[in-house]
Formats: sequence, structure tokens, C-alpha cells
Amino acid sequence: MTIETQADVTGETVPVVVPRTRRPGWRGLLRSGKLRAGLGIVLFFALAGLIGPLFVHDPERVSDDQLFGPSAAHLLGTTNTGQDVFKLLVVSSRGSLTVGLVTGVLATLISIVIGVVGAYVGNRWDEGLSLFSNVFLVLPGLPLVILVTDYLGSRGAAMIAVIIALTSWAGPARVLRAQTMSVRGRDYVDAARVSGEPAWRIIGFEVLPNLLPIIAAQFIFAVLGGILTEAALAFLGLGGSGSWGTMLYFAQNAQALSLGAWWWFVPPGLCIAVLGAGLALINFSLDELINPRLRVPRDKANRPATAGTP
Amino acid sequence: MRYLRRKLVFYLIAVWAAVTLNFLIPKLMKGNPVDAILAKTQNMTPMSADARHALEVQFGVTHDPIWKQYLQYLGNLAHGRLGLSVSYYPAPVSKVIEQSLPWTVALVGTATILAVLIGVGLGMLAGWRRGTWPDALIPSTTFLAAIPYFWLALVLLYLFGGLLHWLPLNSGYDVDTTAIGFNGPFIGSALYHGILPALSIVVASIAGWMLGMRNMMVSTMAEDYVVTAEAKGLRPARVMLQYAARNAVLPSVAGFAISLGFVVSGSIATEIVFSYPGVGTTLVAAVSNADYPLMQGLFLVIALSVLGANFIVDLLYAVIDPRTRQAA
Repeated sequence: MTIETQADVTGETVPVVVPRTRRPGWRGLLRSGKLRAGLGIVLFFALAGLIGPLFVHDPERVSDDQLFGPSAAHLLGTTNTGQDVFKLLVVSSRGSLTVGLVTGVLATLISIVIGVVGAYVGNRWDEGLSLFSNVFLVLPGLPLVILVTDYLGSRGAAMIAVIIALTSWAGPARVLRAQTMSVRGRDYVDAARVSGEPAWRIIGFEVLPNLLPIIAAQFIFAVLGGILTEAALAFLGLGGSGSWGTMLYFAQNAQALSLGAWWWFVPPGLCIAVLGAGLALINFSLDELINPRLRVPRDKANRPATAGTP
Repeated sequence: MRYLRRKLVFYLIAVWAAVTLNFLIPKLMKGNPVDAILAKTQNMTPMSADARHALEVQFGVTHDPIWKQYLQYLGNLAHGRLGLSVSYYPAPVSKVIEQSLPWTVALVGTATILAVLIGVGLGMLAGWRRGTWPDALIPSTTFLAAIPYFWLALVLLYLFGGLLHWLPLNSGYDVDTTAIGFNGPFIGSALYHGILPALSIVVASIAGWMLGMRNMMVSTMAEDYVVTAEAKGLRPARVMLQYAARNAVLPSVAGFAISLGFVVSGSIATEIVFSYPGVGTTLVAAVSNADYPLMQGLFLVIALSVLGANFIVDLLYAVIDPRTRQAA
């Protein structure tokens, strides 16, 4: 059993008793079924988005096979203009993944700058920046994104990703801030400061490595958030970057639902949900790495409450 | 009391930020709504200066310095004047919003409350008895949480509306046989039409609540006071509800802001799927009609509603967690 400190809901640091479980290393983590499933799913879609479009010839080609159900010739049927749904699905995966990835990287970078730097520098900077992120947190994201994309008039994938990132960094920034506050007070950070290390070096080499699992988790959430927001935007006809959301938009506009063409609108959403589940499963295992209490003890009948008592 | 004052100051700042953002975005992006309307309608014939001036006056476009415009904008807001809607011309924006807001508030409000109650309840059970059936559901919630709201709405609509014909395909009430008002048939029809939209929002948002509550429950179960309560031989139900769940639920309440933002965003596309006569449908219609005054008004109303809901939850938080009152 170990004693650790953890910030409770009021922000005070309280000691907590952590039941003895082995902290899984990165390699031990790979043995977890959830993580392997998650990584497998994400890798599959990443490959599909990366090399899939190379194998698909002319996905936009229209034909006379209009609104055919799934068959050997068209794996997932055809659209109202005779386009092959499977081909569209493969090509669209690239658009969705690109927006997700760009959003994830940008939002994570912004949240690190605002959350970590603010909390490390402290005082007025911290108060100002945390007020700033709290305000952004309570402003509803999608309506803001709709407003900005419309006024900008640009609906390209890159622009959409930037706008989504600019409206979605606040949540991660708050999480990182809380964690930085707790890391900042630790002895080795004090030691580095006393020995005269410059601030950027302490943040980069002492603080950030300890936040890595949390940053990874926030990054994954940001990617998922980016994909979902882009899908919603495209579905509303405001995105149009050739993504799964764009497919849903055309399906909705062509009355696929009342025509009973389920093969048109089910696959894109299912792809988003499965990819999202894969990302969330990775996060699930990261959570168990960060918070030892969430690790399921080997013996299922043994609840942590009793396992933790001396 | 200090807690209350701090929260009040914070929300005042947030309201100011929303209002100012709403003023600045159009100013930073494009000249003015008149230019935007002319650009969107692709008016080829050159416009006379008089006609242009008339349009500008109607939409409140002036060439005053920006601080003066800002003050004017604030003054108009204080009087509830949001300008004229372009697509519902000459109806004022406030009138259009007045008609759509109750639909969304009722739908999203009910769906959120249901999702919170069910999600937190299931999460509590899953955390309380780890390894039993509610806990086995947890990994599958990742799938539910990743489903786009509107896609789930499409699938449910296809199943229950298209294939089974159990529930209506669109709209918020039966337009042909009922009239809006406080009468039995209308309310019944509105409820009947609201089942599917509400169901899709509840199903899509429940997973987040469940997972958060379950994780906090697991953490709380290891606290000394829970062990003590068990050792004293209190009834398990009492330990679960009064000792563990009561403390574990706090972060879920505190995290309400983030979740509500998601639900509101998700419900916009959901409304489109059901052609529901709410704020989301109106917003998308305003965008496609280049109705800038209406867009601005809607954003403001959505932002203020979310802020208001969060403020109420924060007040509630002070009631359920005495530490916030003491610490402050």
C-alpha cells in the first residue's frame, strides 16, 4: 500500500491510500485486451485512410445502378446517382481522419500552453488564463463553430479543423492545469528551481513528462471531438470536406431515409462510432494507468475497499 | 457567501464575453450584414446609394466608430432588441426565437435530466459492485459515447418511424390536426412527437455520465469513511447512497458545463433529422438563408441559456457540498 496525494474536488491536496496494484508499464499495458482492441481499431482506420484511397478508382463516378442494395458488385450498395457507397466510405475516411488529427494536435498544443504554462507561472497569469478557459468552457461549441465558419465563408478541411480546435481546447486545458498544480509543488520540481534551471526547461523536462499520460488521453479525446464536430458540421451542410459527415449530408438530402436506403447512411455513422469506440478504449486503458484505483484487481470478488485496508 | 459572489462575478464575465464575441465575430470577418446579404444573393444589378442606405438603416448598420457601435449594440440588447430577421422579414429576431426556444428547452431539458438520472444511477451501481452486470456494460459505453447524436437519430428514425411505423417521422407536433396552445390534443401530440428525439439524445449522452460516475464511485469506495461505514454494519443501501454516491456524484455535477455544451451541440443536428421546430433547425435555416441578425440572436440565446443552466447547477453544488460554502 502506498500513500499518494491527490487534489480533491475543492482543489485541496489530500493524501489518499492507494490499494496495492502493480503499476503496469507501457509493455504491461499492451497486454490489456481493451488497449489492444482499441489500437487495432484505430490502426485499421488509419491504414484505410492512408492507403485505402490509392486502391479505389474513381469513387465519384456516377452510373445507372441507382440506389441498389448491397451486392457482390457493390459491397455496400449505391447512392441515388449510382456512386459506390463502399468506395465513397474509403475515400471519406481520409477527410474525417485528417480533420480529427489536425484538431487533436492543435487543441492539445493550445491546452498545454494555456493550462500548463498558466499553472506553472502562477499568480495573475494563472488566474487570467484559467478564467479565460473557464469562459470558453461554458460557451457552447458547435453554435460558435457554425457562426465562425459561416462568417469566414471558407469551408475547407484545414480551416474547419482550426476553428474546431480554437473552440475545444478549454476542457483539456483545465484538466492539465489541475494536474500541473499538483506536480508543481513536488520536491524534484522545487529542487530544479532552486538549482537555477530556467522555467522552460523545468516545464519541458520535469513537469511535462509527468503529464504525458494525461496529455495523451486529452489528445485522443480531442481527436474524437474533432471527428464528431466535423461530422455534425458537414451533416448540416457547413463542412463539405469530403468526410463521413459529407456522405451523411448527401444521404439526408436525397431522402435516403424515406427511400429505405439504409446502406447509404448506416455505414458512415457506424465507422465514426467504431473508430470513436477504439479511441475511447485506448483512453480507458490510459485512465487505468493514471488512476491506480480503476485497475480491476485480479480477484473479482475482492473489492478495492477491502483490498485497500491494512 | 463568498462562493456565491465569486460565481456571480464569473458568470457576469462569461455573459459579457458571450455578448462581446457575438458583437465582434461579424465585425472582424466581414464588412456588414448588408454586404453579406448582397454577396449571398449575388445581386448583379448595381444598387443605388439610396436603396443601399435604406437597407443599412433597417439592419442597423452605421459607420460610427466601433466603440459607439458597441455601446449601441449593448443598449439594444438591454432593451431586448435583436434586430430584424432577413428570412422572416419583417418579423423581429426576438419573435422568431420566442417561437423556437420553448421546443428546444423542453426537449433538451427533459432529455438531459433523464440522461443524468439514468446514467448516474447505472454508474453508481457499476462502481458499487464491480464485476457484476452493470460494470460489464462499461466498455460498451465507449461505443455509445462515440456515436454521433444525429446518426443515432437517423437510425432510430429509420427503425421506429420508417420500418415499424410506431412513431412519427418528423416535426414537433401534428400540424394538420392540432393547433399550438395549452390544450390536450396538442400536448399529447407534442409528447408523442418528442419521444424519438428525446430517446436519441438520452441514449447518446448517457454513456458519459455513467462512465464518470462509475470511476468516481470506484475511487470513493476506497475512502476511509466508506470503510468505516461498512465496518459499523450500516445497511449496504445506506452506505452506497449516503456515504459513497453522495460524494462520488460531486464531479459529475461540477462537470455539468462540459456535458451540457455537448448535449446542446448534439441536439442541433438531431433537430435537423426530425425537422423539429426548435432552435437548432432555426439556426441552420438562418445560416442557409444568410440571415445574420437571426444567427447572432440565436447564438446569444443559446449561449445565455447554457450559462444560466450552469449557474443554477453551481448554486445547487453549494447546497450538496458544504465544503464549498465553508472553504469560501
